[in-house]
This record gives sequence, C-alpha cells and structure tokens, in this order.
Amino acid sequence: MCTVCGCSDIVTADGKAVGHSHGHSHDHGHHHHHDHGHHDHDHGHHDHHHYGQGEAGVSVPGMSQSRLIEVETAILSKNDAYAAQNRRILKALDVFALNLVSSPGSGKTTLLCETIKRLGDAPLAVIEGDQQTQNDADRIRATGARAVQINTGKGCHLDAHMVGHALDDLRLRQGAFLFIENVGNLVCPAAFDLGEDCKVAILSVTEGEDKPLKYPDMFTAARLAILNKIDLAPHCDVDLDLYEANLRRVNPGIEIIGLSARTGEGIDTWLAWLKARLADKAA
Amino acid sequence: MHEMSLAEGIRRIVDQASDRPDVTRVTRVRLEIGRFAGVEKRALAFAWEVVMRGSKAEGAALEMLDLPGLALCYDCGKTVEIHDRLDPCPLCGGGRLMPEAGDEMRIKDLEVI
Repeated sequence: MCTVCGCSDIVTADGKAVGHSHGHSHDHGHHHHHDHGHHDHDHGHHDHHHYGQGEAGVSVPGMSQSRLIEVETAILSKNDAYAAQNRRILKALDVFALNLVSSPGSGKTTLLCETIKRLGDAPLAVIEGDQQTQNDADRIRATGARAVQINTGKGCHLDAHMVGHALDDLRLRQGAFLFIENVGNLVCPAAFDLGEDCKVAILSVTEGEDKPLKYPDMFTAARLAILNKIDLAPHCDVDLDLYEANLRRVNPGIEIIGLSARTGEGIDTWLAWLKARLADKAA
Repeated sequence: MHEMSLAEGIRRIVDQASDRPDVTRVTRVRLEIGRFAGVEKRALAFAWEVVMRGSKAEGAALEMLDLPGLALCYDCGKTVEIHDRLDPCPLCGGGRLMPEAGDEMRIKDLEVI
C-alpha cells in the first residue's frame, strides 16, 4: 500500500476531520425560519439537517423536503491533506523543499543543473514535472543527482499526491535540498500546495516586464523571484528596474535575485540564499 | 485554470457528504469562491456538469458565492477591500498590495432531498 495514501484517508478542513461519521449529526423535525441567501444561525456542526426548509417552509411527514447539509470544506482539501503529510516527512528529515515554478522555457532545468554542480557534494534530490518525456530528469541525472520524473499526461500542474509517491522513491537524506521543478505553467501550480517550504518563481528577462502583472497569482505565492538570463538583458531592450517594480507590485514582500545560469553571474547569491534557508529549516 | 481538477474535488466531497440513506438526490451545491482564487466560473460550471454525471448531484444547481478580496497596503498599512488584483489602494492610492483573503475555494453546503 502507498505509505502516503494508506494513512491519510481522513480529509481535514481547518483541523477537523470530515467525511466520516461522527456524533454531531442532528435531524431536526421542527420548523426553522429559513432564508437561502443568509444562513445566519450559528452552529459548529458539519452535518446539520434542517427540515422545514422546503419551498413551503414547512415539514410535512411523508413528503419529500429539501434540506441543507453544511459542508464547509475546501475544494482542494484532499490535496492539502497530502501536502501536510509531505511536509511532515520533509520536516522530519530537515529537508528544504522548493517548488520551482515558471513559464516553459524560462531556464529552470539549466539553472537546476548549474545549481547542482555548484552545490558540490551537498545532499539533494530533484523531482521533475512535465506533461511528457524523461528529458529533464535525464539532464538532471547527467549531473549525478537523484531525480524522479513525473509525467502529468494532460495535467497542467503537479499535485501533492504525485509528489508523495515521488518522495517514496527518492530516499531523501537528512538535511538535503529537494528541488521540485513544476510543470512550466504560471497559472495552475499556484493553487496546489505540494508540501514545499516555498515557491520560487523563475522569470527570464526575455519574457516581458509585465509578466508579473499578467500572472499575479504565481508571483504572489512565491517567496523568491529569480530573474534569469540577465546576460541577455543588453540585447533585448529590457528594463530590469521595471521587472522588479512589477514583481513588488503584486507581491511587496518578494525577494528578487537576478542571475544568469549560463554565465554564472549572480549564482553565488542564489546559492547563499539556498544554504541560509536550509540552515533555517534545521534550526 | 484547473477547473476540471476542482470539479473532481467537488465531486469527491459531495459524494462523501451525500453518501447516506436519507439523501436521495442533491439539488443544489453552494460554493464560496474568493475574488482572487483564480477560478474561471464558466469553465468550472462546464466541468461540473461533466464530472457530476452519475452522482447523486447530477443535474444539481451550482451556485457560486463571491468572497471579498482583502489586501494589506504596504503604503498606508491598512487592510482594504479591492475588486481586482491590480487595483490600487482605495484609501491612499498605493500600488503595493499583498492579498490577505480572497483565495478561498470552499464547498459551503448542499441542498438535498
């Protein structure tokens, strides 16, 4: 049995288990005044039946009546439960996990290969997410690092369940870095928590200064933005200050590192950031 | 964005909540969707119809209630309500706003018979 799904069958919302029977169900036979738009009486039950809420506002024995079941559950609660499970596993190992998100072609894999080379013998592992092909995992493995490729098929994002399975295969070492390279997509991965410590959004200077404004959710969700390919900036009329201003407009707290994975400019700042976050995790 | 995944998440929760002998059919499902949740309502309504087929909620009405988008203004330090992610602060006109609420995607309740 999968170690992740086998033990996290209980879905939780706000810390409370839902979807299983418990002692809070109440079937009321009495009449409630009811207004569909404003369900304003206070009760803390998940299952709360209200008879007397039919079109006529009364309960007639033997007649079918519509009634309300309170659910109050996040739509992505199942993903969130898997993410919490991943987070517990990663914390137990003091692994610092990054969810790398970007458009296709921003240079995520090149940056990762370069990062792995420069981290030397620091323990690390990589999860590669793409719709198809093993190409990226092959590139990572060529550096000597452990990598698991997840092909999402038609899926537009990784989810926490997929990552949980990958963790089973990776045999992470204590105090390692875990780089999760998400599917190249600036929209969907923003909503799916994988159990990572933080999201890092990678943006290359050729993509346009207004990209953070076009896709604000992802840049809002990221702790750090990497402005990649800065060696190309002089060749393509790029306003680096405008990139920064637009990033801070959608996320005033975001950290920004400009670098070039190709020339190595700025990479030391990125490596120092990584090592500081790993130290924070273990502390 | 990933409205099909969301619809599948809704089906799973609705199936669980309605899996009881006293529920014949789900007639209405109410969602609460924050303004900044990034949900395309029409796409979700379309995916919903497809995904709910064969469930107790097939044909049920889907109602989506908006929850307000709140953001902290880094210029005036106040929490303000904005309608669009890129709106300026309605109090001071500042342009650096950090969302604090409005990314919710919840199933609120089910109407059943």
